Amino acid sequence: MRITVNGTDYPVPDDVRVSLLDMLRERSGLTGSKLGCNQGACGACTVLLDGERVLSCLTLAVQAAGREVRTIEGVAAAEGELHPLQQAFIDHDGFQCGYCTPGQICSALGMLEEFRRGDPSHVTADLAGGQARFSHEEIRERMSGNLCRCGAHNGIVAAILQFADAGAGE
Amino acid sequence: MTPFSYRVATSTTEALAAAPDSSERFLGGGTNLVDLLRQNVEQADALVDVSRLPASIDETEDGGLWVGAAVRNTALAADPRIGARYPMLSRALLSGASAQIRNMATVGGNLLQRTRCAYFYDVPGARCNKRVSGAGCDAIGGFTRYHAILGASEQCAATHPSDMCVALMALDTVVHLDDGNEKRRLPLSEFYRLPGNTPHFETELRTGELVTGIQIPSCRAAVNSTYRKVRDRSSYAFALVSVAAAMRVENGVIADIRLALGGVAPRPWRAAKAEAALAGRAPSQEAFRNAADAELADARALGGNAFKIPLARSTIAAVLGELAGDAA
Amino acid sequence: MSKLQNAIVGGVRRVLGQVPAGWLPGGTPDPLIQRRVSLGTQQPRIDGPDKVRGGARFAAEVPMDGLLYTALVHATIARGRIAELDTGAAEAAPGVALVMTHRNAPKLAVPPPIGMTSMKAAGNNILPIMQDPEIRWNGQTVALILAESQEEADHAATLVQVRYETERARTRFEEAKADARTPDSILIEKNRLLKGNAEAALTAAAHRTDAVYRTPWYNHNPIEPHAATVLWKDGRLIVHDATQMLNGTAGSLAKVFGLKDDQVHVSSPFVGGGFGGKALWDHQILAAAAAKLAKRPVRIVLRRSSMYRLIGGRAETEQRVALAADARGKLTALLHHGYSVKPLHSVCDEQYGLTGRSLYACESFDIVQHHLDLDVVANTFMRGPGEAVGTFAIESAIDELAHDIGMDPVALRLRNLPDRDPVSGAPHSQSDPAKAWQMGADQFGWNRWERRSTRREGEWRLGLGCATGTFPYARMPGMSVRITVDDEGRATVASAAHEMGMGTATVQRQHAADRLGLPLERVDVRIGDTSLPFATMAGGSSQTASLGAAITAASSKLAGELVRLAGNDTPLAGLRANDLEFAEGGLRCVGDPSRQESFASILRRAGRRQISVEGESSAPLEMLKFAMHSTSAIFCELRVSEATGEVRVTRLVGAFDCGRILNPKTAASQFRGGMIMGLGMALTEETLLDPRNGRIMSASLTDYHVPVHLDLPEIDVLWTDIPDPRAPMGARGIGEIGITGVAAAVANAVFNATGKRVRDLPITLDKLL
Repeated sequence: MRITVNGTDYPVPDDVRVSLLDMLRERSGLTGSKLGCNQGACGACTVLLDGERVLSCLTLAVQAAGREVRTIEGVAAAEGELHPLQQAFIDHDGFQCGYCTPGQICSALGMLEEFRRGDPSHVTADLAGGQARFSHEEIRERMSGNLCRCGAHNGIVAAILQFADAGAGE
Repeated sequence: MTPFSYRVATSTTEALAAAPDSSERFLGGGTNLVDLLRQNVEQADALVDVSRLPASIDETEDGGLWVGAAVRNTALAADPRIGARYPMLSRALLSGASAQIRNMATVGGNLLQRTRCAYFYDVPGARCNKRVSGAGCDAIGGFTRYHAILGASEQCAATHPSDMCVALMALDTVVHLDDGNEKRRLPLSEFYRLPGNTPHFETELRTGELVTGIQIPSCRAAVNSTYRKVRDRSSYAFALVSVAAAMRVENGVIADIRLALGGVAPRPWRAAKAEAALAGRAPSQEAFRNAADAELADARALGGNAFKIPLARSTIAAVLGELAGDAA
Repeated sequence: MSKLQNAIVGGVRRVLGQVPAGWLPGGTPDPLIQRRVSLGTQQPRIDGPDKVRGGARFAAEVPMDGLLYTALVHATIARGRIAELDTGAAEAAPGVALVMTHRNAPKLAVPPPIGMTSMKAAGNNILPIMQDPEIRWNGQTVALILAESQEEADHAATLVQVRYETERARTRFEEAKADARTPDSILIEKNRLLKGNAEAALTAAAHRTDAVYRTPWYNHNPIEPHAATVLWKDGRLIVHDATQMLNGTAGSLAKVFGLKDDQVHVSSPFVGGGFGGKALWDHQILAAAAAKLAKRPVRIVLRRSSMYRLIGGRAETEQRVALAADARGKLTALLHHGYSVKPLHSVCDEQYGLTGRSLYACESFDIVQHHLDLDVVANTFMRGPGEAVGTFAIESAIDELAHDIGMDPVALRLRNLPDRDPVSGAPHSQSDPAKAWQMGADQFGWNRWERRSTRREGEWRLGLGCATGTFPYARMPGMSVRITVDDEGRATVASAAHEMGMGTATVQRQHAADRLGLPLERVDVRIGDTSLPFATMAGGSSQTASLGAAITAASSKLAGELVRLAGNDTPLAGLRANDLEFAEGGLRCVGDPSRQESFASILRRAGRRQISVEGESSAPLEMLKFAMHSTSAIFCELRVSEATGEVRVTRLVGAFDCGRILNPKTAASQFRGGMIMGLGMALTEETLLDPRNGRIMSASLTDYHVPVHLDLPEIDVLWTDIPDPRAPMGARGIGEIGITGVAAAVANAVFNATGKRVRDLPITLDKLL
């Protein structure tokens, strides 16, 4: 069994204690996913596992065997052009130090997919009402699993809104 | 982490195939267990990954729902049947952790979450009766802001951290267990133990026994239900106090009331005394406060958690008031 | 700091008071203030694409062959010694290459402290490191494991057995007061300030407040953990670090290991958040020592819990503030006495006692700070040290006084604005807090609200509050840059300066472009490595001004070198550097634009590919002659649940008087970032020290609550944009002022909502039930 990361297959580490995050960072040269707390309390390590946002620090690499992992390195187009959400983060200054940024971006991509399929959130007023209204408050709640210590939150929310609005117009 | 082996189970039979020794552990989403292993709070020789077992949510004959243990928290919260019939359960799930963690966490794993007591987690630095039976408890006399006001013992006052389980407790949920030889069902109220002199035993789960799923009975009152979680920030934090409540009012009196509390006890706390005080009564703020007082009459504070008693009282009253709406 | 220092600083100030401003740095306003092209415009971050791709390389991400991974074992007692130590099982564990303890650690000198005098020192916790069995705080490292993988290192760390002999430790704030120290000075100011008769004014006052305010231990909690990748090569120590003091770290490591300065190379191109916490701590030293023993490269990444044990935070404080005012609200006394934790092995004063010296005109002052010695890891600088907690106390007290007088708190503040430094009488370089207050009040709609009426929505009570923030200007001497201009007309600016999210390279590129008369795209900036010219720390909100001064100095030299190189066969012939200005990609004569020659032309004619000059920021004498402070007006709207005591901030406005803004995009982020950290300080953050054994019990991001997205409203930031004629580019630093004043604005709004005055942070819900 192999782990597919951004379309490329990687071997499952022999030591099953290795987290998906450490496999990416220390054994695969993919250091875009960040280690912040290593215990599920900051979101910096967020990646997409079979399209769902998860914490790679609490996922054993071996649990990802046979699955597709998408990391920040797999977000931009292959020819190097930035993903529109990445560009929106730059446009709205949705980061300062840049350390939580890959996790924020991967988390936002997962979040938008959850939203699209109608998943409610803690702040959704009507649980049975289908897709919730896309609001600042919805984004904030759904992104609360990603800490940012520089305080770029306003820019992050604005970037996500810009990207989502552009998508809605397509 | 001590070294361990790992295997994936694709069926319950497979999961239970190897006669598990006492240190073999079932791994769900890993959001709690991987952390506990990494912090050396727990050790395991072998992990059996049960997160890929079939995960379905099905109607039961009595009009309730069956939820497989491997169903992810996100899927359960977003299921329209849960949202329509048991909104308190959706809300409880959605108030827990973060979206990433809910995408990983399974129902079975959530049931077996362990406390977030900082002394429990501080393996090198603190004594803990839950980790080592009889070692002593450094939390008592220390920081007890997150600790229990109900159901605690001299040995342990750590709280159960789950939100989901508080709603499930209010809904008379039944846990299905299987050890390969015997299948059994336990009401959630009997599944969890209070610490007493053995805080290291938290549930009635037997060695090698697997949670296969939960059964949520039909509950008309739950259509009018909610979950409110009070915490130290607005999201992504464990509860200081949480309230799951369902209420059905008929002919001006409370015909059915379900009330459970989180963050206040070593297990999800069914507020049976408050329910008894409310059954058949006309809903009113006075009745709600009296019911809360009845439940909290036995509450004992350790110092840092004394605020939870008035907080639980007023939160119960606020939640019941919201459910009663114009009837109160 | 000593009595001698007080005398020297006082003497220099007296002399400078007599010296004409024109003789000093900044004596003539920076011409760039009037001639901005790129400065002042919104520019996206140069490193933005790298950061959003995950391509920016942080300290723990440098690939290296044969790397060993580190795990630490921390002491679990606050004071005593190691009685028994068994490392056998750890040494025998799979993958382990080294177990280092005091028994086998190499000899290491005590790190030199961060100081005013040496720019090559970055030490925070001035104690022996793994040199003896003594335990000096709960969390000290007692063993270090190196192993082939992180998993193996972590496992081996659990196998180390330690038994301690425990001694009585000092871990209680209250008890330490009996042995409080009263230093002669705080930073470079005299500690005890007595002016007029504050006690008498307090007794006689028409209105007064007198209360005690408390702030807890806070931790920086950058999302990037402290980390380093360390290599010894040919007798040189190479450290890929996460540091906001590159040269300080290098110089300190040289001292610790007995090396020459040029034998240590530190690289830190990106820092994942610092906030004052990323200088030299034990972990880099331990990693380098272990790498030396193991003869292998080493990576150390502190576990989040280890960050709390090894990296100090903002000191706990207890501050008494007493204010007196006459019937019309004119301040007659300001008393500010306090205690804060500062162990003997710490370097940071937590200078809250300086806050009240500049904010308000007042007839009398009585200010003093006392330090408490505890057996804890050294406290350190954290965003807005001093002012962050000082403004909480003073600006809460001002609000209490306004309430007592029955005056609008904004009006009370405006009534007491000083027209010069209230203590020294020095003139302001630039100061217009009144304008900030007006801008902020207009944006917030302060005057539209009837604040005293109870407003509510359901169970939520609404409240409004405001407060002043303040932070001093600072510029460091000795900051140097190299400017290289090539024959294609491109310029490169290089300095061992730091990027932790401030936008250092982005803004200095704008600066250099304007300074050198170049379009933005023809300027490159290189920072973050000690192979580049010496840089002072990223601290005290000083880096932008210091780099600004260094680039200015270097550009003057460049003009001189270029005109010399140009010789006589040039339109510039006969002109001196003073007659020249940079424009249109070259030099030209001031007042005669026809006499001009481009860099490329000069260099090609001289047969040179490029020319390099270095410049250094001068002594910041302007800081001693002028009162140079930034101020802000912070407005907060929030709601408090009557049922649960939960506080939700719904609006936050900050208006800043900080001189010129150089890049509105990155500046707005700095302001917002500071204000958000201020909200955390106000409402959720607190490091919990168990006084029974001095152990930190909130050693995770689960237990230490930094604000999350849902806690944070849209934050409006505005600025007066009035240039400071005494500062390079007209700009004062803005990295720290954002956090100041916020906690008081929140507390004042909570009072407005509930009638409850919370004087101890954080304002958690239990305090409002």
